[in-house]
Amino acid sequence: MTEPLIELRDITFTYPGAARPVFQDFNFQLLPGKHLGLVGPNGSGKTTMLHLIMGLLRPQAGKVVIFGREVSKERNFVEVRRQVGLLFQNADDQLFCPTVLEDVAFGPLNQGKSPAEAVGIARMTMLQLGLEGFEDRVTYKLSGGEKKLVSLATVLAMQPKILLLDEPTTGLDDQTRRRLIRILKDLEISYLIVSHEHEFLEHTVKECCHVHSTFCETLPIPPRGVGL
Amino acid sequence: MSPIQEPFSEGGSLLHRLDPRGKVVVAALFSVLMAVATSFVTLLGGLALALIWLALGRLGLKKALGRLLLVNSFIVFLWFVLPFTYPGESLVKVGPLTASREGIAFTGLITLKSNTIIIGLMALVATAPVVTLGQAMHSLRLPDKLCHLLLFTYRYLHVFELEYQRLSQAMKIRGFQPRTNIHTYRSYAYLAAMLLVRSYDRADRVFQAMVCRGFHGVFYSLKTFSWQRRDSVFLAVSLLTLALCLYMEIEGANLL
Repeated sequence: MTEPLIELRDITFTYPGAARPVFQDFNFQLLPGKHLGLVGPNGSGKTTMLHLIMGLLRPQAGKVVIFGREVSKERNFVEVRRQVGLLFQNADDQLFCPTVLEDVAFGPLNQGKSPAEAVGIARMTMLQLGLEGFEDRVTYKLSGGEKKLVSLATVLAMQPKILLLDEPTTGLDDQTRRRLIRILKDLEISYLIVSHEHEFLEHTVKECCHVHSTFCETLPIPPRGVGL
Repeated sequence: MSPIQEPFSEGGSLLHRLDPRGKVVVAALFSVLMAVATSFVTLLGGLALALIWLALGRLGLKKALGRLLLVNSFIVFLWFVLPFTYPGESLVKVGPLTASREGIAFTGLITLKSNTIIIGLMALVATAPVVTLGQAMHSLRLPDKLCHLLLFTYRYLHVFELEYQRLSQAMKIRGFQPRTNIHTYRSYAYLAAMLLVRSYDRADRVFQAMVCRGFHGVFYSLKTFSWQRRDSVFLAVSLLTLALCLYMEIEGANLL
C-alpha cells in the first residue's frame, strides 16, 4: 500500500470555550496523486481540518502525519509549510504586500531564494496562471476574481507538493471559475478542495470526503444535494 | 478604492529621485536638531533649508500650505494660552490678562519649530511612498520591528477604514441616524468594539497566511536602492548646512 501524503490519526480537537469537540478520534488520509473534495455542512470542521494539517491549530489528542513523518512541533510544521500550500477562504487575508509581484515573491524569498530568483519564479507562476502584466498592480485594488487568482499564484510560487484550497470559488463569476478549473486540471500535484459547489467539484475531483466529527466518508462521486 | 492618499509621494523632481536612505538620515538629523534648538537664528536657518528642499521637490504650494494650515490650527490654541501664562516682563494687556515678552517669544519659537519641521518632513519624507520608506529604514539597519510596524500600520489602515465603512453602511441602510441620545452612543460603542474585534481577527488570519508561506519574522525586500553621485552631494550639502545650524545654536547667544 502506498504511504499517504497526509494522515490524521485519532485527532481530537475542541475550540477553546466550545461545548463540543469539532473532531473526536477523527481519521483521514490523502493518498499520493489524489484529487479530493471535502464536503460537509457549515461548521462541520472542513477549514479546521486544513488548519490542523498546516499546524495553525494543534489537536488536543492524536497525530498529524505528513509525508510519513509525525509533525507536532512548530519547527516541523515550518518544514511542512514549505511543501504544502494553503489557499485561504478570503483572498484579502492572503495578500498583504503593496504590489502583486512582491506578494507572489514573498513565499520564495522566505524559502531562501535570492531576490532575482524569487522574481523569476513569481513571473513564471503568474505567466502559468495567465496573470502576466499584473506585476505592479496594487493588491488591494484588484477585483475579487483577480485577488483569488493572485492568491493562488502566491501559494503556487512556493512550488508545493500538496495544495489545500478552502472554498476557492466563493464569490467568483463563471468565467473566473472556469479559469480556476482549467488551472487545477493542469496541476500535477495532489490537492484537497473544500467546496459547497457540486458542479465545481465534479470538474476538479474524482472523490469526495464527507466530513463528520469522527470520520471522513469517502464517496466516489460528489453526493448531489447532500449537505452541499 | 484607496482611502489614504499620498499626494506628495509621486513626482519626478530631484527630491523624488534621491535615494530615500539619504533623505531619511537627513530628515532624522534635521528634525532632532530643530526640535532641541532654542535660538531663532538656528531655526530661521533650518526654515530656509527646509524651504529650499520644498522648492526642489516642486510640491504644489497650495497643498503644502493646506498641510501647514492643519498643523497651525493646533498651534493657534497655544497662542491663546501660553503668552498669558508664561512668567516674565509684561508686554501687552488684554482685559484682565497680561502677555509676557518671554511668553510671546516662547510661543513664537514653538510655532517656528513646528512649521520648520513639518516643511522639512514634507519635502524629505512625504516625497517617498511609505512602503519605500519602510524598506529604506530596513536597509539602514533600523530595528526590524520598527520597520514592520510602519509597513503594517500603513497597509492595514486601508483595511481598517474599509471595515469601518462597511459597518457604518450596514448601520445606515437599517435607518441609523446619529442623534444625541443613548441609542446613538451605544451604537457607536458597538461599532468601535466590532471594528476592534474584526481587525484583531483579520490580523490573526493575515499572520496565519504569512506563516503558511514560510514567514519567520524577516522581511526580504525586492527593492534595491542605488546610491548615486547626486545623493552624496545632497547628503554632504545638507549635513554641512545642519552643522552650520548646530554651530549657530551653540554660539547663538554670542552672535546675537
